[in-house]
Amino acid sequence: MKVRVSVQLKPGILDPQGKAVEQGLHGFGFAVDHVRIGRLIEMDVPGTDPAEVKAKAQAMCDKLLVNPVMEKASIEVL
Amino acid sequence: MRVAVPVFPGSNCDHDALHACGTVFGWDTIPVWHQETRLPEGTDLVFIPGGFSYGDYLRCGAIAALAPIMADVKRHADQGGLVVGVCNGFQILCEAQLLPGALLRNATLRFIHQDVHLRVERTDLPFTTAMKAGEVFRVPIAHAEGNFTLEPADLADLEARGGVAFRYCSPAGEIGEAHVPNGAMNGIAGIVNVRGNVLGMMPHPERAVDPRLGPTGGQGIFRSLESALARG
Repeated sequence: MKVRVSVQLKPGILDPQGKAVEQGLHGFGFAVDHVRIGRLIEMDVPGTDPAEVKAKAQAMCDKLLVNPVMEKASIEVL
Repeated sequence: MRVAVPVFPGSNCDHDALHACGTVFGWDTIPVWHQETRLPEGTDLVFIPGGFSYGDYLRCGAIAALAPIMADVKRHADQGGLVVGVCNGFQILCEAQLLPGALLRNATLRFIHQDVHLRVERTDLPFTTAMKAGEVFRVPIAHAEGNFTLEPADLADLEARGGVAFRYCSPAGEIGEAHVPNGAMNGIAGIVNVRGNVLGMMPHPERAVDPRLGPTGGQGIFRSLESALARG
């Protein structure tokens, strides 16, 4: 099954990259706020049970995909 | 005295480490490819060099932390063996959970390469015994992700247990945000684990030890290691 893991910096963590992009958007006249930049990971995971596949993806987050000091993830089974 | 320098694809300060430990201090220094599963017999110190291991893919140090050699580095550390990680080596030690915290993108968003001043916060560590309390020394930094970060509660724990080895400071030793180049919390430049045998730091002491090449502010750490290992 196709799985999409979205990794974001935690709310309290400074995101200088997001800040820079926000300033860039302001430069074009867009009134935006709180721009945050994350990472999107897509993969095929064997299995047919969405709950089981999601549990596998969660294990991957715990082991490697996410650093819990600074990041959090949301998992979507497509 | 035997030093192992793990080398990952993308390490680029491994020769600085080999030069400092091997040529300048004359220790038996051996590069160890990341695919190896054992450190050389009789390794006293593991020096994890800087660079861009695995191209900084995913997160700096995240992939290197999973390399085969790192299991043996963990075993070495668990047995009380000395480990130093500099720059990317510090990032690898955090990702390997040998040290707490994470190194985020510099607050300025820029890669910073300049000399900085560091204040010694502890002189009872095997990395600092040759230095005086509050001593200030000058070493270079060269990184884009050196912004040390911890959850507030964990930061308080780190400070309470004296886990901070070095802090960025002014040439006179004053602490304050103005002297922190990268946004690191509490101006933290280097930390140790609870046991005090694993040191991670963003600045490069190994680039400031050879008088033929310039200033030698990094020597204090190496002289400390020398006497720590001579004591056994």
